[in-house]
Amino acid sequence: MGKTLAQKIFDAHLIDTPAEGVSVLSLDRVFCHEITTPIAINDLVARGKDRVFDPTKIKAVIDHVTPSKDSKTAEQAKTLRDWARRNDIKDFFDIGENGVCHAIFPEKGFVRPGFTVIMGDSHTCTHGAFGAFAAGVGTTDLEVGILKGVCTMRAPETIKVNVTGTLPEGVYAKDVILSIIKMLTVNGATDKVIEFAGPVIDGFTMESRMTLCNMAIEAGGTCGCCYPDMVTVDYLWSFISKEFSSRAEALKEYSKWRPDDDAEYFKVIDFDVTTLEPVMTVNYKPDQVRTIREMEGTKVDQVYIGSCTNGRLEDLRIAASVLKGKRIAPNVRAIVSPATPLVFRQALAEGIIQIFMDAGFCVTNPTCGACLGMSNGVLANGEVCASTTNRNFNGRMGKGGMVHLMSPASAAATAIAGCIKNSPLYKG
Amino acid sequence: MKNFSGKILFLDRSDINTDEIIPAKYLTELTKEALKPYCLEDLNLPPFNPKTDVAGKSVIITRANFGCGSSREHAPWVLECNGINLVIAENFARIFRQNMFNCGLMAIQLSPEAIDDIFKTFAGGEAECSTDLDKLVFTISGSGVTKEYKFEVGKFDFELVKAGGWVDYADKKY
Repeated sequence: MGKTLAQKIFDAHLIDTPAEGVSVLSLDRVFCHEITTPIAINDLVARGKDRVFDPTKIKAVIDHVTPSKDSKTAEQAKTLRDWARRNDIKDFFDIGENGVCHAIFPEKGFVRPGFTVIMGDSHTCTHGAFGAFAAGVGTTDLEVGILKGVCTMRAPETIKVNVTGTLPEGVYAKDVILSIIKMLTVNGATDKVIEFAGPVIDGFTMESRMTLCNMAIEAGGTCGCCYPDMVTVDYLWSFISKEFSSRAEALKEYSKWRPDDDAEYFKVIDFDVTTLEPVMTVNYKPDQVRTIREMEGTKVDQVYIGSCTNGRLEDLRIAASVLKGKRIAPNVRAIVSPATPLVFRQALAEGIIQIFMDAGFCVTNPTCGACLGMSNGVLANGEVCASTTNRNFNGRMGKGGMVHLMSPASAAATAIAGCIKNSPLYKG
Repeated sequence: MKNFSGKILFLDRSDINTDEIIPAKYLTELTKEALKPYCLEDLNLPPFNPKTDVAGKSVIITRANFGCGSSREHAPWVLECNGINLVIAENFARIFRQNMFNCGLMAIQLSPEAIDDIFKTFAGGEAECSTDLDKLVFTISGSGVTKEYKFEVGKFDFELVKAGGWVDYADKKY
């Protein structure tokens, strides 16, 4: 019997099987941010083990609340900063160079096909877009990862989602993944890896693939994966050109990390997106999904475009194409957070930031803040936000607030209308 | 090993997420103990009142997919700070379950039928759970009724509980 993508990566990284079905894997990357890492750092210090397994494999960023908003967040940032310096972690991104972790780490070329990656952040599944195994973990797993370069995982079964047909104009990766979560439900993929495959995914950019894999956790998935192909190689080429004589050579090497044709799956789902419409979440669970059309006219107070789900250049371009020459409705305030400094620079160079500002958006620095109600766009009780983020849990963006998750195109159209509205890019 | 017996807090809903267990605004705390007052603060599940109903409880019994959402280990920590070292549910989100065992706490799965029976028999009144880790049996008593429920715990998970968590275990072995 053949192997799934995750099985191949597990086999290549297996260092121990402490019990049946439990694998201890060696790690290629341990990513860190300032919210979940400091308590691990403090514990290592208290244990007299203030060291790291390999400073070149650890990457760290201050992203959740940045610049720090108060003394506590300043202390968290300082803890991470001081630790990175004394342990010689060169790839540490501080104010001025920092961006949302799941956007900046791929952008720096840190994730490669076949890698094992952990981070103390549930949306670490994003990095599976490169054909890697990437999983969110808690602080204790992170601590052991930092110290020993290992992590324990139950051997995952895999759900394969074949995305077929032709995605209509104005319908995006966000609409696809929200629809898949609706099908799977919020724990339909618990302890499972999701492989996203099929012609629609083959045609997706790396940005769209990251949007897709980012939300695997919202169905309970351990990791969402796409297969490495020439799109992956092209995205990584500036980082790997010294390792390979040609792109074809790189593709050949990375193709090791595609599943076998006779791989065994827990479940295979075929999803034809030909008639898919733009969708959004309602209520407080990410599997509660309806079409934008059904919800049109619902008033919103805030629109937020950004996050590890939809804060990349592709997302900002799409939103700007809707916003160009328009103003947001007077009942709405709107915020855009380019996910990284590079996204910000490119958006400036392309005139996209100008379009957002002319439309009446507040442009913030790259940060996660608003998505989890920590800073830069927290909702008041009873307020409604149309958001390109990934969670609509009760209180997520502020106590008593309602979050409707949707694509950047839908969010931009909603900002202009002042209420939920399909974007003119969707002609359905 | 920690204590895994005591008064039960019944939370009769599936998909209770980590934002409900400990809201993100408290993730800026630098010690686990500082989280204590905020346990389940954003859980809107009447008549549950986080201010009065958490104190004195040692065991949570709930439905499916408990601990979904964020990876924050602050969720098990805030339970532990409040003396809750055991959660019994139909099933758990992966990261939360792993975080519990990594801290030497227990997240134990029972069948939907068993969970349903526990809710029907005991919820609504005061009930206690006595955990026998040798026989792998929960003895639940309340309202004049006592019932036993067998459970399973993975070999590796149990080793983590005995070792007091994953850091000590891994440091010795790898």
